[in-house]
Amino acid sequence: MAKIKVVQYINQFFAQIGGEEMADYKPELRQGPVGPGLAFNAAFGEDAEIVATVICGDSYYNENLDEAKATVVEMVKSCGADMFIAGPAFNAGRYGVACGSICEEVKNKLGMPVLTGMYVENPGADMYKNSVYIVETKNSAAGMRDAVKKMAPLALKLARGEKIGASAEEGYFPNGIRKNFFEKERGSKRAVDMLLKKLAGKPFTTEYPMPDFDRVAPNPAVKDITKATIALVTSGGIVPKGNPDHIEASSASKYGKYDIEGVMDLTADTYETAHGGYDPVYANADADRVLPVDVLREFEKEGKIGKLFRYFYTTVGNGTSVKNAKGFAAEYAIELKNAGVDAVILTST
Amino acid sequence: MKLELGYINIHDIQFSNESKIENGVLYVDKAAVEALVLEDEHIKTVEVDIARPGESVRITPVKDVIEPRVKVSGGGGMFPGVISKVDTVGSGRTHVLKGSAVVTTGKIVGFQEGIIDMTGVGAQYTPFSKTVNLVVNCDPVDGIAPHEHEHAVRMVGLKVAVYLGELARNLTPDEIKTYETCSIKEGFEKYPGLPRVAYVQMLQSQGLLHDTYVYGVDAKKIIPTLISPTETMDGAILSGNCVSACDKNPTYNHLNNPVVEDLFAQHGKTLNFVGMIITNENVYLADKERSSNWTAQLCEYLSLDGAIVSQEGFGNPDTDLIMNCKKIEAKGIHTVIITDEYAGRDGSSQSLADADPAADAVVTGGNANELITLPKLDKVIGSLLPIDKIAGGFDKNMLEDGSIMVELQAITGATSELGCNCLSAR
Repeated sequence: MAKIKVVQYINQFFAQIGGEEMADYKPELRQGPVGPGLAFNAAFGEDAEIVATVICGDSYYNENLDEAKATVVEMVKSCGADMFIAGPAFNAGRYGVACGSICEEVKNKLGMPVLTGMYVENPGADMYKNSVYIVETKNSAAGMRDAVKKMAPLALKLARGEKIGASAEEGYFPNGIRKNFFEKERGSKRAVDMLLKKLAGKPFTTEYPMPDFDRVAPNPAVKDITKATIALVTSGGIVPKGNPDHIEASSASKYGKYDIEGVMDLTADTYETAHGGYDPVYANADADRVLPVDVLREFEKEGKIGKLFRYFYTTVGNGTSVKNAKGFAAEYAIELKNAGVDAVILTST
Repeated sequence: MKLELGYINIHDIQFSNESKIENGVLYVDKAAVEALVLEDEHIKTVEVDIARPGESVRITPVKDVIEPRVKVSGGGGMFPGVISKVDTVGSGRTHVLKGSAVVTTGKIVGFQEGIIDMTGVGAQYTPFSKTVNLVVNCDPVDGIAPHEHEHAVRMVGLKVAVYLGELARNLTPDEIKTYETCSIKEGFEKYPGLPRVAYVQMLQSQGLLHDTYVYGVDAKKIIPTLISPTETMDGAILSGNCVSACDKNPTYNHLNNPVVEDLFAQHGKTLNFVGMIITNENVYLADKERSSNWTAQLCEYLSLDGAIVSQEGFGNPDTDLIMNCKKIEAKGIHTVIITDEYAGRDGSSQSLADADPAADAVVTGGNANELITLPKLDKVIGSLLPIDKIAGGFDKNMLEDGSIMVELQAITGATSELGCNCLSAR
């Protein structure tokens, strides 16, 4: 098999051109490895080689962003390579930002696999960890050996299009994509160990950092409910009998929109639940228990509400990811709004 | 309370004309077991089978898994309040048929029953690919309601496990493990320098086929209370639920609760395992508030320094988990929670239905939405018919070559929130 061709991006310092005084150095393409590229070549062995190196000053890159990106992308393209590596940048802030930025650009413009590495406190880590793989390194160039040891095998996997393991296995910063892997200890043991560390005031790493939870403030009350059009939406899985759209019993990938024009009551013959998270007997016997069409029709007749909206939207909440649920709602919320619906009764189970 | 578990190691199960244990082999009189199962008027048909580790066998839809045990001394019997009288258990001697399990399967009750593969990639995810399983495949009489069906099959599993356990009553164990808890006063005196730690176990109690029983009491109807961890080893807590297979706690896992085991392993060394609090996961907000308030209060009463909270199920119970964590932490007690994740098939979604900054120490059993392709296996015990309907299955998930695509949530015990497995996620 031919060796994988890698292009590496480094700054003026690692190219031994100079320090801060040379930070305005314009992009230059050199054949073969330069500086850290030698260590990468050694780690790659027969599998890959650095065919070219792009050198660019940190100030130049960050102060001439568009131009620098375009020039570097052209240079990388001209090499016909399979893989792009930037840095590692350790704790050099502008270098880190440049590495993240150029990786993102090369990935988007050339569709090439890319990889960089830097220290956790490098501002580039937070800025780009969700868009490109960034290996966590030590905070100075003294950690080069360690960085190469982690980056080289991951670069090979990326270049070959192999399956990438979880962040904890591969050494990249968690990027918001949860991946399963097998730990060495079972969960209960990990919990006891974590608690002992927490009790002793020692550092510990949570396996799931809490996200910023999306709390929605309720809208003001409907001014005149007797004039309002009310829609019914449910995550309780009520569907026309037979579940025509095959909404999953758990982990729903879709929602249904069904016409209830003229439907006064949901009966066992006409509606049922697709939900697999509870004993369906009572919902199947009378689906109004979950989606109260009957009561709303009464209210409509008595003038307690304006009217019941012609369609209801339904999905199964059971095991459905928050992202899917949010995606469904984003779609039908617009439809509801455009249809002039004033308020929604959202039922769950 | 002091309990000795005497392990009788079982490496194989074989059918025979007499039920007995000899040289690590569990011989089962098939006809006797089938007759025992058919004593239940709700059961129409039964077939008993054996599934061994490494065999090309798939068991589905799996309802419960139970480890055969027998109470030898110390008062009470297995599964008090359900099978045995309601005497307090958890002391004396209990014999365990280690390495074996009873698995119940048959016509699907609801949607949330699982898959156990004895070989292939699926076997890596379920703890029950490593046990020799006596599989009780039974179908109910016609016209039975789901909750009656669940009850009948639950009782069948327990009865068969007790029948097998009884065979070990007079045997000499291969290994004896001793678990001893001390009273509050003794604990203070014996381990003055060690942090006081308790285990808070959340029991599935959402209702409508999501139930757990404690000494025969439906856990929906309990308020949080104290229980000795050794009581759980004698079947004080058992599963009666059809929550998604991956993160429900089968009765086997209640008997072998790994959090209890791992806390006992540190007891007297790095921590003082004070005891265990059980609480529930009811669906009404008032119940959630009451139970989490009470749980935090009990933690405070016990003068704890730390607590481990385990969850069962997902979604709705995520709110109970976060409430418990937040309120226990607010008492100044360090808390670690064990959960699993529903981060979507691509892993990009928020994982839990609730969150709080106080939950800063989380152990995860992995992303249950992650897809897995299970190869076609030679033999199916039970039925593949519901494979697209069980939680974790989806329309047309049976591929042309006979392999099956499911989310991990369909695999029994895959993302255990008791921390039975090494599976995790980042």
